[in-house]
Amino acid sequence: MFGPLTVKPGKSKGDKTGSWRVRSRPHYLHKNCIACRMCLLACPEGCVQGKEKNTFWVDFNFCKGCGVCADICPKKDIEMVPEESKLEDK
Amino acid sequence: MKEFVEGSHAIAEIIKLCRPGVISAYPITPQTHIVEDLAQIVADGQLRAQFVNVESEHSAASVVLGGSAAGVRVYTATSSQGLFYMAEVVFNIAGMRLPVVMTCANRAISAPINIWNDQQDSISLRDAGWIQIYAEDNQEAVDFHLMAYRLAEDKRIMLPVMVCMDGFILTHGMESLDMPQQEKVDKFLPPYKALYKLDTENPITMGILADPDYYLEARYAIQDTMKDTLGYFSEISQEFKNVFGRDYKDMLVEEYQVKDAEKVIVAMGSVCGTIKEAVDQQRAKGKKVGLLRIISFRPFPHARIYAALKNVPKIAVLDKAVSLGAYAPIAVETKAALYGKKNAPKVISSFVAGLGGRDITLETINEVYRRLGAKEVNSDFIDLKTELLKEEYGE
Repeated sequence: MFGPLTVKPGKSKGDKTGSWRVRSRPHYLHKNCIACRMCLLACPEGCVQGKEKNTFWVDFNFCKGCGVCADICPKKDIEMVPEESKLEDK
Repeated sequence: MKEFVEGSHAIAEIIKLCRPGVISAYPITPQTHIVEDLAQIVADGQLRAQFVNVESEHSAASVVLGGSAAGVRVYTATSSQGLFYMAEVVFNIAGMRLPVVMTCANRAISAPINIWNDQQDSISLRDAGWIQIYAEDNQEAVDFHLMAYRLAEDKRIMLPVMVCMDGFILTHGMESLDMPQQEKVDKFLPPYKALYKLDTENPITMGILADPDYYLEARYAIQDTMKDTLGYFSEISQEFKNVFGRDYKDMLVEEYQVKDAEKVIVAMGSVCGTIKEAVDQQRAKGKKVGLLRIISFRPFPHARIYAALKNVPKIAVLDKAVSLGAYAPIAVETKAALYGKKNAPKVISSFVAGLGGRDITLETINEVYRRLGAKEVNSDFIDLKTELLKEEYGE
């Protein structure tokens, strides 16, 4: 008998780690962004996307709310806001 | 053809005949001669395999894990501290259902450091998901490696197999044995075809994160396969007999003068040779004694042991390992196999002997039969030198 053993590539996309987020989530202000891409590179889930200044966004299906992006942003253009915050970016 | 060879050399020879593609090991007494000979065999071009030299046992186990995951037949061997250093990879190999075959040259565990034989190393890894079979002599050790590959690579099983042979007593013992011929080995053991493997053309991931939704089933599957494997042993053993002529019956246990016996010792490994001699001597004096030798420790043949031991009044379980702070390992299993059963033995006593290479002599065995009285004893140490023990530290 075999249990779950091997998987095809891409399986981890099925693990919606966004459900692990408990306290806060990043809120991108889109004011002073210089498109340095540090938030995108530092994100442990690889769930930040964007190219031009002030276009970066987070896929909340996967964001665990760790806050690394907000911490690393040199322009302080990302804030961590309470999970229940009504700010528009979900 | 019969050859007079050292146990380790015989193992290296049989592994050569099994045609593994990847071998990796780190030398440790008393396993060293096996991998030393294999390295020579590969270097001499007698076997087309990659012999990967590594810096530790953890790496050796990882290399064979990787080789097996890539769909290649693999081999490694270790002992004692080496096996413990491999431990996390040992569990991974079983969890990934990779048919790795490993020889464990059984040796005691530190501290105090001791290079001599007991069975504490492999027994401590009994829960890893590996099939564990214990050889009594070197002919068996050779034959069991052939069967190990068949068991491991069986599509219904797909579990790693550890062939355990007592360090020094077998690994360094010279014995006359029948070394199988290549044609017969090829007939019995066809080339390995993996059910799944790492392949860049058809990528898969193995050993991926299994969250609480998946992990339980992965473990259940191994437990269930272990249970089924008890039945596959006899099938493979029968095929072995057809090709090589030697009959290991169901390969789970061996009954020696058990039928009408009043006292039976349950034991495992090379010590059973000594016990058989003791049984013969006592039988010659009219004493009804016997031996039940356990061959497969994982999966543990509970039902088979009950079938053999019911109606025997007194059982002595002889362990060459301890579970410090609890009953000895084989004794626990044997008691569990007999608990609450109809006509189960009245007395199941447990004895510990031979730790760290202390010789188990005929006198040791006779002492076990002597101490096997009406009163049940647990983890009773035989041949204990009480003069070395004191209640307080200091001069």
